[in-house]
Amino acid sequence: MSAQLTQRVAFALLTLMAVVVVVPIVLVVGYIVVQGLGAISWEFVSDFPRNGMKEGGILPAIIGTVLLTFGTAIASIPIALGAAIYLAEYARDTWLTRTIRLAIINLAGIPSVVYGLFGLGMFVLFLGFGASIVAGSLTLGLMTMPVVISTAEEALLTVPQRFRVVSRSLGASHWQTVRNVVLPNALPGILTGVILGLERAAGETAPILFTAAAFYLPRLPQSAFSPTMALPYHLYVIATQVPGMPLEVQYGTALVLLVLVLGLNLVATVLRSRFRRRRQW
Amino acid sequence: MVSKFSIRNLGFYYDDHQALRDVSVDVPANEITVVFGPSHAGKSTLLRCLNRLNDLIENVALRVEGKVLLDGQDIYRPGLDVTELRRRVGMVFALPIPLPLTIRQNVTYGPLMSGEKNPARLAELVERCLKQAAIWDEVKDRLDDPAMRLSGGQQQRLCIARSLALEPEVILLDNPTSGLDPLSTAKVEASLEILKESYTVVLVPHSVQQAARVADLAVFLLNGELVEAGPGEVLFTSPRERRTEDYVTGRFG
Repeated sequence: MSAQLTQRVAFALLTLMAVVVVVPIVLVVGYIVVQGLGAISWEFVSDFPRNGMKEGGILPAIIGTVLLTFGTAIASIPIALGAAIYLAEYARDTWLTRTIRLAIINLAGIPSVVYGLFGLGMFVLFLGFGASIVAGSLTLGLMTMPVVISTAEEALLTVPQRFRVVSRSLGASHWQTVRNVVLPNALPGILTGVILGLERAAGETAPILFTAAAFYLPRLPQSAFSPTMALPYHLYVIATQVPGMPLEVQYGTALVLLVLVLGLNLVATVLRSRFRRRRQW
Repeated sequence: MVSKFSIRNLGFYYDDHQALRDVSVDVPANEITVVFGPSHAGKSTLLRCLNRLNDLIENVALRVEGKVLLDGQDIYRPGLDVTELRRRVGMVFALPIPLPLTIRQNVTYGPLMSGEKNPARLAELVERCLKQAAIWDEVKDRLDDPAMRLSGGQQQRLCIARSLALEPEVILLDNPTSGLDPLSTAKVEASLEILKESYTVVLVPHSVQQAARVADLAVFLLNGELVEAGPGEVLFTSPRERRTEDYVTGRFG
C-alpha cells in the first residue's frame, strides 16, 4: 500500500472515530426530546405531582435540585478555591503537598454512591442533620470539591509566571499579587470549573439517595434541614418504583433535567470562549 | 561621589552552581552603572541580587554570600521588608511585560499596592512618569486602552514609567532594549540620560556599543567574576585587563 493510500485510510478511520463520539449524544438528546416533549407544559414545570405522581407537575423536584445545587456551591466553592490558591500559589513541592494532590486525585475517583454512604454516616446520622438539604449539599459538595480544585488550580497556573514576577518587582506582596493579578486573570477558567462541578452535582442520584432526597413530599421544603425532592432521584423513582407511570412523564422529567444540566454546560462554554477572545496574553 | 550600593564579596549559588563569585563594587548615586559581559557572566543574577528578585525562584536552593549595602544598610539582613526594598529599587525587564491592564493601571499598580489612594496624586504620577519615560505624547489620549495594544518600544517605555511610579531611588534595567528597533532604543537611551538626574541607574546593556554609549561606570563580568570596573571613558578605550580588552574589541564574546 502506498504511503498516500495509507494516509488516506488512516485519516478516514480517525474521522470515523471522531464522528462516533458525536452519535450517542445526538441520539440520547434526540430520543429524550422526541419522547418527552409532549409532557412539557407550563403545568408540568409549575405544579405539584398529583394522583400518585402520574399527573400534575414536577415543581418540587425542580426547586429541590436548584436548592441542592446552590447548597453544593456554598459548601464546596470557598474551600475548593482556597485549596486551589494554596496549591497553585503558595505550596512548595514537599511530601505534604504531594500527599494533598494524591488525596485530591483519589477523591475524584471515589464512586458517588460511596460519597452517599459517607454522607449518611457523617452528616445525616453523626452530625444529626437528618436527611436534609444541608446533608445533601455537604455530601455533593465533598464530591464536587476535587473537580473544582483541579480545574481552578489549572486555571491559576495558566496565568503566566512573568506577571507574578513583575507584580512582585513593583513592590506588591505575595497576596496582593494573587489578589490583583492572578485571580482576575484566572477567574473565567475557575468559573468554568465551578460550573462543570456543579453540573455534575445537579445530575447525581446516589449521593442524595440517603442524605436528602424524599420519595414524595406534598409541599416544598420548609427549611435547610428539611428533606427535598430532586430531579434525578424523582426520575429514578418514577421510572422504577411507580407501577403504571406514563412513559411520557418519565421522559419529560428526564428532558427537564437534561435542559438544566446542559444549560449550565452552555454557560460554561460561553464563558470560556468569551474569555479566550478577551485574553490579551 | 556618593555610593548608592556597596557590593562586598558577593557570591551567589543556584543549587551547586556558582553564578557570582567574590564580586565587590560600589554603585555611584545618580550615575549610570553598566554591567556587561558575555552570556552566563552573571549580569542578570547580579541585578536581581540588588532587589532580591532572585528570592522568587522556586525549587532551587539559593545561597548568598557577602553583603549588599543600600545606603549602608545590608539588604540581606534578617527582618528586612522585601516589598519595601523593591519599592526603593525598581526594575525593568528584558522583554516588556505590561500587566494585562490599561496603560494607566500599569503605571498606578505599584503606588496602589503601597497604599496610595489619592486620585489627584495618582493622576499626577501617571503624567509625570510617562513624561519621564518619553512616552506621554504617544499615549496621553488613550490612557485607558489595554497596555498590550502598544508597540514593543512603547510597552518598554511604559514599563520604565511604571517603575518610576514607585518613586524608587534606584532603577535596574535588565537589557531593556533587547527586543527594540534602533529608533526605540535611541528613545530609551535618551530617557536614561534624563533619569540619572533623579535616580541611580544600573543597566545590563544590549551590546558593548550600548555599554560604551551610556556608561558612567562600567563593570565587566566574566563567568561570575568581576574582571574590571572603571569609568566608561577609560574602560572602553584603555582597559587595564587583557580579557576586558579582548571582549571590548570583539576578540571573543
